[in-house]
Amino acid sequence: MIRLEKITHRYSSPEGGDVVAVENVNLSVAEGKFVALKGPSGCGKSTLLLIAGGLLRPTSGDLEIAGVEPYKLALDERAAFRASTIGFVFQQFHLVPYLDVLDNVLAPSLASGRKDWKRAEALVEKFGLTPRAHHTPSALSTGERQRAAMARALYNKPKVLLADEPTGNLDPENADIVLKQLIAFADQGGAVLMVTHASDASAVADEIITLGH
Amino acid sequence: MNIWHFVLREIRHRKLNALLTAVSVGVATACLSGALVLLKADAASTEKALAAKQQAVEAAGADLENAMRKIMKGLGFNVVILPKDQDLQEMHLTGMINKTMPEEYVDRLANSNIVTVNHLLPTVTKKLNWPEQNDLPIVLYGTRGEVPIAHRDPKKPLLDAVPRGSMIVGYQVGQKLSLTAGSEVTLLGKPFKILKAHGERGSIDDSTVWINLGEAQEMLGMENLIHAIQALECHCAGDRISQIREEIISILPGTQAIERGAPALARAEARNQAKVTAQQSLDDEIESRGELRGQRERFASLLVPLATLGSALLMGLTTLANVRQRRQEIAILGALGWRSRQVLCVFLGKALLVGIVGAVVGLIAGALIGGALSGSGGAVGISGATIALSFGLAIGVALLGSWLPALIASRQDAATVLQED
Repeated sequence: MIRLEKITHRYSSPEGGDVVAVENVNLSVAEGKFVALKGPSGCGKSTLLLIAGGLLRPTSGDLEIAGVEPYKLALDERAAFRASTIGFVFQQFHLVPYLDVLDNVLAPSLASGRKDWKRAEALVEKFGLTPRAHHTPSALSTGERQRAAMARALYNKPKVLLADEPTGNLDPENADIVLKQLIAFADQGGAVLMVTHASDASAVADEIITLGH
Repeated sequence: MNIWHFVLREIRHRKLNALLTAVSVGVATACLSGALVLLKADAASTEKALAAKQQAVEAAGADLENAMRKIMKGLGFNVVILPKDQDLQEMHLTGMINKTMPEEYVDRLANSNIVTVNHLLPTVTKKLNWPEQNDLPIVLYGTRGEVPIAHRDPKKPLLDAVPRGSMIVGYQVGQKLSLTAGSEVTLLGKPFKILKAHGERGSIDDSTVWINLGEAQEMLGMENLIHAIQALECHCAGDRISQIREEIISILPGTQAIERGAPALARAEARNQAKVTAQQSLDDEIESRGELRGQRERFASLLVPLATLGSALLMGLTTLANVRQRRQEIAILGALGWRSRQVLCVFLGKALLVGIVGAVVGLIAGALIGGALSGSGGAVGISGATIALSFGLAIGVALLGSWLPALIASRQDAATVLQED
């Protein structure tokens, strides 16, 4: 489902010269698999996740997501591909601050063109957010925000879930809820690639890949 | 859920930003609509003032016409048509006319298309001593009454005809002979009844006796002859006497015409001057109003572009601040699969709404300010063109001002922002 071959990414440093963010990385996540990506800070985990998400073109290497090479697509096509295939979950949640929970869950519908209120309400209910459905993120607890972000990531029925430290800001109870949802997603045939520092989180993964400097 | 949903929620969430942009657009719109309302009010006021002035000039003109008519009429007959061979020097010295012309001249004149004179009166005059009244010197004046001009509407005669057997006497004659209306006298053997004794006029009229033209001709042996045709010049005559002469001589080649009454002409000139002054005043007012309008137009042509530029800049800076504030939101929407044009639409949609609100606010403010400055108290109506221009300007400023920041937002690299976390 996810296949990265010899991925290298360099960027120009403001101080001059190139900085190697990731180098020669090979990685694959099959359907129904949950892979945790570990490593020290600055080793390029988040960069690799963005590359895998079709948001950051690598300097070199091959990438295939669900049988598609996203960087061979035009910008709009790649955006449409992301909308239909990939779900993102971030440590900082990145909910739209002026939309309530239900609208945040529905936000990907503008990208995919699939507006399904019932599905949005079902996801809100699934993550225990029905009483908070019409609250904006500022009125939610940290756990509720991450659950709302999870619901949003699942709205377009993606094939791949990319999670960047999804439990990093959560209490154990909410972290457990999020991890269980990631496991459930993988169990239903999806592929999960999760960047994490937490041992508890990586413990639930089918495979752990560790990146070094 | 659609783009407008995002736009409206964001406006509600960041009211100050939306308010600032709407105010900046509103100020530019107010400048435009205020200037248009002010200029329109100014044009209306100018039109009203000039109409009043125009009316005054027309009234002055009508007064002049009326005054001229009255002066002419009051003056009595001021054109005398004489036989061509009459020596004018002798006539002025003696006050008498010693040459004659056929009476049918007056009918020829009346049946012509003459325009320069009115009220034709054929006369015979002769100084004589009244034998039956101790040889009292008098001027005998025979008249048949005015001959109507065929091609004109009948006019009230200046002088009524004297019927046969009747006589009208001047003041001195009446006084000296103690004659009053109804008295009976004999002149050159013919009996007459006094029709009227005139009051004092202070002229030769006071020593004049008026009788019927036919009787006078018989008494003086002048059948079918007359000495003169008196007439009243028409005000329509431009270069008065030369035109009158030209026209009369073209109809009656055996005649000459002279004009009397210079004082009346002086008064007419004075009246004419009043009309010229009134017209000059109108012209001055038109010029002054035109200059004032020009100044206002120049001021508006400077103010409106400056306000528009300032508004567009403020709109751009405010939208840029909004873009920076929403970097993460834009990045995550990009990650969710939003196309760059959808991001562009979110910002331009907001600009469009702000432009519409700014147009409404600016239009109302501009109408009130323009109305107040014009002194019409906002009574000036807002034209469809003003509304269209105001909306066009407001929406144009909002969209143009937001365009660059919106483009920056739509091209923002999501990965760069998401890596900053």
